[in-house]
Amino acid sequence: MKIAVCIKRVPDMEMRFAIAGDRKSLDQAGLKFEMGDFDGYALEVGLQQVEKRGSGEVIIISVGPDGVQETLRKGLAMGAARAVQLKAEEVPFDGLAIAQALAAELKDGAYDLILFGRVATDTANGAVGPMTAELLNLPCVTAISQLEIGDGRGTARRDLEGASETVQFPLPAVLTIDEGIARPRLASLKGIMAAKKKPLEVKPAQLGTARLVVESMALPPDRPPGRIIGEGADAVPELLRLLQTEAKVL
Amino acid sequence: MPAVLAFAETRAGELRKVALETVTAARQAADSSGGGEVHAMLIGPPGVAARAEVLGRHGADAVIVVEHPALARYNPETFAATVAERFRSGDYRAGFFSASAEGRDLAPRVAAKLGVSLASDVTGFEVHGDSVTARHPAYTGKVVVTLRLTGTPALLSLRPGSITPVEQPRPARVETAEPAIDPATARVIVTELSQRASTRLDLGEASIIVSGGRGLRAAENFKLVEDLAEAIGNAAVGATRAVTDDGWRPATDQIGQTGRLVSPDLYIAVGISGAIQHLAGMRTAKTIVAINKDKDAPIFKIADYGIVGDLFEVVPRLTEEIRKIRHDH
Repeated sequence: MKIAVCIKRVPDMEMRFAIAGDRKSLDQAGLKFEMGDFDGYALEVGLQQVEKRGSGEVIIISVGPDGVQETLRKGLAMGAARAVQLKAEEVPFDGLAIAQALAAELKDGAYDLILFGRVATDTANGAVGPMTAELLNLPCVTAISQLEIGDGRGTARRDLEGASETVQFPLPAVLTIDEGIARPRLASLKGIMAAKKKPLEVKPAQLGTARLVVESMALPPDRPPGRIIGEGADAVPELLRLLQTEAKVL
Repeated sequence: MPAVLAFAETRAGELRKVALETVTAARQAADSSGGGEVHAMLIGPPGVAARAEVLGRHGADAVIVVEHPALARYNPETFAATVAERFRSGDYRAGFFSASAEGRDLAPRVAAKLGVSLASDVTGFEVHGDSVTARHPAYTGKVVVTLRLTGTPALLSLRPGSITPVEQPRPARVETAEPAIDPATARVIVTELSQRASTRLDLGEASIIVSGGRGLRAAENFKLVEDLAEAIGNAAVGATRAVTDDGWRPATDQIGQTGRLVSPDLYIAVGISGAIQHLAGMRTAKTIVAINKDKDAPIFKIADYGIVGDLFEVVPRLTEEIRKIRHDH
């Protein structure tokens, strides 16, 4: 089984962000980067599928500047066989522009599965996976929390608001992976050493024209500082009074 | 005059609240750009046309009804082809979807078919002439991005709950249409839809959320959270990642960076310390209440009203007092 996993390098979301002088990008000073949360789940799903079959390989692909090589090496250390960087100095906000670059790379790859995280935690669009599937005219199931593959077909579960769907699809297919399906493994020391020798190919990204562009970025207004109104159960009447008369939410 | 299209989401043949939100948004978009019609697209099994009137009541001038026995459940390929076909057949300035589980699946497919851009999970928008801008929380809600969409139609998916449905009745005409592809040829098939047994409100639709963390100490103590939500009446129950990881609650209850992002009017955090991963999912709530025994817990830094104390004493008392208020009314 040949599996592609598309991963994105995103800033560590636990950091405090600042807006750059152009007011439409993040101040890069001091930013640390990592693999997107959901991309980690997608990679784990890919690795497990190959392990289950005892054959096949996982190829990881990422669009971005040379910094993504660090993220790709981490994926190689986890167990991917090889990596492709689709080089672009900037990753556009427009999901379709990114999907075009990925589709160009994936179309002749003869992949059985193409996996994405459900959403990239930075741009938070969740669009690139299903858009890439459309461009490749492949079946696609998004945001799956369970997966079974067998005999050229798959069954997945998607969680909806207050419900879930069981979805069947033929391979090859594009899947986007939600949380809860698999905990990403930690790279072993052996994996980290092996990753240094694994192939990492660099090609120019054939990005589409971005028609969705960032006009401005801002930090949301700060919440007013927290207020402790009392201690223990005796504070409950005061809480109710405030919720009814000040916040007016009860 | 170009029109605006709204996708009206249904489940099990019934309109979802998010359908009224997209129609209301489409009405706003049409009116703020010099008028033009709003067309609502309603796809479902035979009989779904009966829901058209409600869409007219929320501002649709026309409802395009696509009925087919094989479309009782969401069928991503048929829906995407049919909605894309509608966009191609008319002069549409913009299109609105919900950023619900279904809308997040459908909207990118339609955008890719049309080769147009999509602004996802939008909390506000402006349409002026040819220019469409959209507000979108990104970086786990820590940055608000204003996006400009060029080209038509501009597609947007709206964060559920970010717009309040408004009744603005129109005598909506009903047009019928056929699915753009035979649903029998679709490769991706939803074979089962299981509604969760709980009658509890969904996290995305509730105006009040009561949420529990590790401070509850055991799965069975979630009953305290359930009871409080029950006493309030129109509240949903959420949980932290620590709690869903431990299996005390289903993964779908998780609020946070890797779970649901919610913005209720009132968020009551019970035994939640306030890890950044959790705050990312609820920091946009209008009012936050925190009950925690550790006065230095980070949750108190953002809580409008904090009570330092033993949740096993505070929460039952709160539930009791709310029951009294409810009883008096």
